[in-house]
Amino acid sequence: MRKGKIVGLEGSFAVAEAVRMAKVDVISAFPITPQTHIVERLAEMVADGELDAEFICVESEHTAMSACVGASAAGARVFTCTAGPGLEYMYNMMTIPSSMRLPVVMVIANRALSAPLSVWCDHSDMMTIRDVGWIQMIAENNQEAFDLTVCAYRIAEDKEVLFPAIVHIDGFYLSHVIEGVVLPDEEEVAHFIPDYEHPFVLDPEKPVSMGCYGPPFIYPEAKKAQEFDFEKTKPKIKEIWKEFGETFGRYYAPVEKYKMEGASIALLTMGSIGETAMLAVDEMREEGRDAGLLRLRLWRPFPFKEFRDAVKDLELLVVLDRAISFGMGGPVCSEVKSALYDKRKELSIVGFIGGLGGRDIPIDGFKEMVNLALERVKMVERGEEMEPEMIGVREWGR
Amino acid sequence: MMEICIYGRGGQGGVTLAELVAHAAIREGKYAQSMPSFGPERRGAPVLAFLRVNETERIKIRTEIAEPDVLVVLDPGLLHVGDVVSRLKKEGIAVINTKKSPEEMKSDLEGVTKIAVVDAMSIAREILGLPIVNTTMIGALLKAVGLVKLESLEEPMQERFGKVAAKNIDAMRRAYEETVVR
Repeated sequence: MRKGKIVGLEGSFAVAEAVRMAKVDVISAFPITPQTHIVERLAEMVADGELDAEFICVESEHTAMSACVGASAAGARVFTCTAGPGLEYMYNMMTIPSSMRLPVVMVIANRALSAPLSVWCDHSDMMTIRDVGWIQMIAENNQEAFDLTVCAYRIAEDKEVLFPAIVHIDGFYLSHVIEGVVLPDEEEVAHFIPDYEHPFVLDPEKPVSMGCYGPPFIYPEAKKAQEFDFEKTKPKIKEIWKEFGETFGRYYAPVEKYKMEGASIALLTMGSIGETAMLAVDEMREEGRDAGLLRLRLWRPFPFKEFRDAVKDLELLVVLDRAISFGMGGPVCSEVKSALYDKRKELSIVGFIGGLGGRDIPIDGFKEMVNLALERVKMVERGEEMEPEMIGVREWGR
Repeated sequence: MMEICIYGRGGQGGVTLAELVAHAAIREGKYAQSMPSFGPERRGAPVLAFLRVNETERIKIRTEIAEPDVLVVLDPGLLHVGDVVSRLKKEGIAVINTKKSPEEMKSDLEGVTKIAVVDAMSIAREILGLPIVNTTMIGALLKAVGLVKLESLEEPMQERFGKVAAKNIDAMRRAYEETVVR
């Protein structure tokens, strides 16, 4: 089943199309570097009358999120996007919509952080907002950038969810790459994302207080309620992805599997690199290695159950992190280990850090990771120390 | 799958060339991917763009092209700046904007066995009145390797260039006629 027409679109424009079809009321963004073409295209759509929305051109990312919070509290459907250092400047405001239960939708074109100054892709920005309470999902290609943005509105605004949502798209690898995207019928998208009515809007006729003072007698209860409800969003996210699949023919899952049948070794990736990793898995399978691939689609809330199920028959999991937690290694690898600690202590997990600041990882890079990981498993068996390793990096003397 | 590297200078439109051909291929029902060599491009500085076209299968690989089947060189001066031709596949073809004959070009470029040349600069100056050769070089690329139909470029150019599209289409067609492939 493939509904709609195929259009050549860069990832940024695919997102802009999704936002247009979602009929947002307010877009607030800081228009200068490190911005993407997403807001450039949306500004054009608003100016040309293709999208009936208020475009608030603000002076910083901090204010972009502040404006989204205000507009969302007033009941508007909102959108913003940023990348890398812009997200860091926005950080201050990131916990507000998640704590106030405002379904703001944002797309982040993932980029490295300075210094040295880099405009290229990695997941350093994504990792700094790991704990801010937003639903976070990750696209691997431009089709998914479109689809997941559509889903983000439906998920965030669901009355049983009411949390803000982020769609991560790899900077440049998706945001600036043109490829074919199936654009569904606008009516069908409108039907999939019905008009949104926030249950507690800011309204002078019926005053409510939002974002109040939280002294110690109430703050922990507020946080426990937030975590309780956030965990409950998982089944809803899966249900909405299923409905999206039934409507549009493309299905998404919290943990996506590729050639996992009979696999004893699997790679784990996040984002656009997953498709190159698939080609590496194809080659390894041809060479007789029982390798598969897992891709984390849902990053927050972390899909513990789906993840444990996905690795249950594995002997070795090789995790690629496109970010580094200095002094700790790869953040995804750390999380994966903690997710499995109680259940699968016998599974070998080896983490690598690679693809920082836009460094390509070729197909052979993934095969090399698997070879190195197998060596490292033996090192651990011999009782040797295992430090996290950065792959694809030039080193003196090598 | 055909993998193409486009070498130009900032302002010559190499990235746009890749995008237009990708759009044309997608319109023909093929799979295509255009990708700039990500970076802060500056007018006059060397710029690299990548283009992949696959007739039948979705393109999964997202790395820069290491060993292209085709090189498109918008500025022949770049052939002497850095390493442009050495990674071209053995049976690959170099499509070059130059006044030189294919034989002269071949003797300049060691190891390149197939070559297509066109004086795109003169065509662009004459038809567009500008030294921007990207759309002209699309004609040369299509003459050299087929890839997509000339007509398939008309709509993407129309969308991209509006009222100056017609001149760009003329320049492309003229280059298609004048390109010599050896």
